[in-house]
Amino acid sequence: MKYTKRFDKRKFDQLREMEAKVGVVKRADGSALFRIGKTIAIAAVYGPRALHPSHLRNPEKGILRCNYNMMSFSGSGERIRPGPSRRSKEINLIIQKALLPVLDLSPFPNTVVDIFIELTQTDSGTRCAGITAAALALADSGLPMTDLVASVSVGTVGDKVVVDLTKEEEDFEGGATDIPVAITPRNGKITLLQLDGNITKEDLKKALELAKKTCKEIHTLQVKALKEKYGGDKK
Amino acid sequence: MIGINKQYVKSLLKEQIRQDGRKPDEFREIKIEYNVSEKSADGSAKVKLGDTEVIAGVKLEVGEPFPDNPDKGTIIVNSELLPLASPDFELGPPSIGSIELSRVVDRALRESKILDFKKLCIKEGEKVWLVFIDIYPINNAGNLFDACFLAALAALKSTRFPKYDEKNERIIYEERTSKKLPLEKNTPIECTVIKVGDTFLVDPTNEEEEVMDARLTIGILEDKKICAMQKGGDNSLSIEEILKMVDIAAKKIDHIRKAI
Repeated sequence: MKYTKRFDKRKFDQLREMEAKVGVVKRADGSALFRIGKTIAIAAVYGPRALHPSHLRNPEKGILRCNYNMMSFSGSGERIRPGPSRRSKEINLIIQKALLPVLDLSPFPNTVVDIFIELTQTDSGTRCAGITAAALALADSGLPMTDLVASVSVGTVGDKVVVDLTKEEEDFEGGATDIPVAITPRNGKITLLQLDGNITKEDLKKALELAKKTCKEIHTLQVKALKEKYGGDKK
Repeated sequence: MIGINKQYVKSLLKEQIRQDGRKPDEFREIKIEYNVSEKSADGSAKVKLGDTEVIAGVKLEVGEPFPDNPDKGTIIVNSELLPLASPDFELGPPSIGSIELSRVVDRALRESKILDFKKLCIKEGEKVWLVFIDIYPINNAGNLFDACFLAALAALKSTRFPKYDEKNERIIYEERTSKKLPLEKNTPIECTVIKVGDTFLVDPTNEEEEVMDARLTIGILEDKKICAMQKGGDNSLSIEEILKMVDIAAKKIDHIRKAI
């Protein structure tokens, strides 16, 4: 089915309007807010700190725990019941795997770094917004990292390859494929990849190239947000 | 907080000196932002009390009334002490702290009758509106009770009913109407006063809360009547002290009300 014009009039390779801010949770060791369109994620990092129960400790390096949560009122339909769900538990896992490749926790054996991600308002792309915010919060906490992680969903809506799908596009009656991707911008490698939908190998290649291109834009904004707090350009 | 700092905070308070330089009856700056989750929630607000930050959101649902109140809807207040907001909060089932917080906010809203539950009735004995209020601290720098109450109240004020399709008995959340919640004029405000030694403080920071002897949260209506109370803390209060705390709260209510 033909998809000629995006519902929100964006170009097919255009991200929604974004906002990034570092240091939004004062009590945390690192924190950030990332908004893309109407999806808003807040991430806070605590640690490295003592890990309980102690049998989870790793004497070689610290471990990373991620917790993703949608606030009860932040869904598009009925109120979401508080507490973990199968969906949020899976997202915790994939967010952890998306962030680990850039993080060096070997100087902190037996400890844990906790990342808490809260969604206050959602319109698709929540796990990607969460990862982008979490990477910023990690950088804000000062932990040793080799790169940031930027994340966005790509995919197809009808016959078009598009970036940053909205809820409306995911539900497109002519079919849609949603591919959340996270990328380490410096080397262009992929640390998160999921897919649900229906897509050809050719379109997958196009979509991943598009993700790589647009994650650079997200990365630019991440760096800008960090410089706003730490003034990297000042001498 | 480590012991030595606790002693320091206490010794300063003995001379009526607060670490942040405020007077004992002085609030931090109150900032309220409405509709912070307009796309998702039927009503929402963010409250900042100094560095303390809280988000509250409202979702409306249609459900069956309680058998003893067949013509009344109700509110359901829930809060979660997110580990995002403080190193002292942990994941897991609702802590006793969050349950007390929710119930104290609930009590003042319910007893003030700011929301006429009868006006939430769609069909007696069968269908009523249920108002879910969910409160989340984003940063805990003390006085979550007052911040959470304000956030809940502000979220209620910003709430608009979603469209209800009576034929299919289904709420269409995508289509929010312009109809507000039927809120009464006599608005309650909660103010918490804590006692440390012989000093009484409003709007305590988390350091001050850690050294408090007792806490009293007081819900006061616009007509100055008291609609809810909750004493907390490990130590006792005399009747004179309680009345003094009520006086202190009553004086602060108008100041807090101006923010909303």
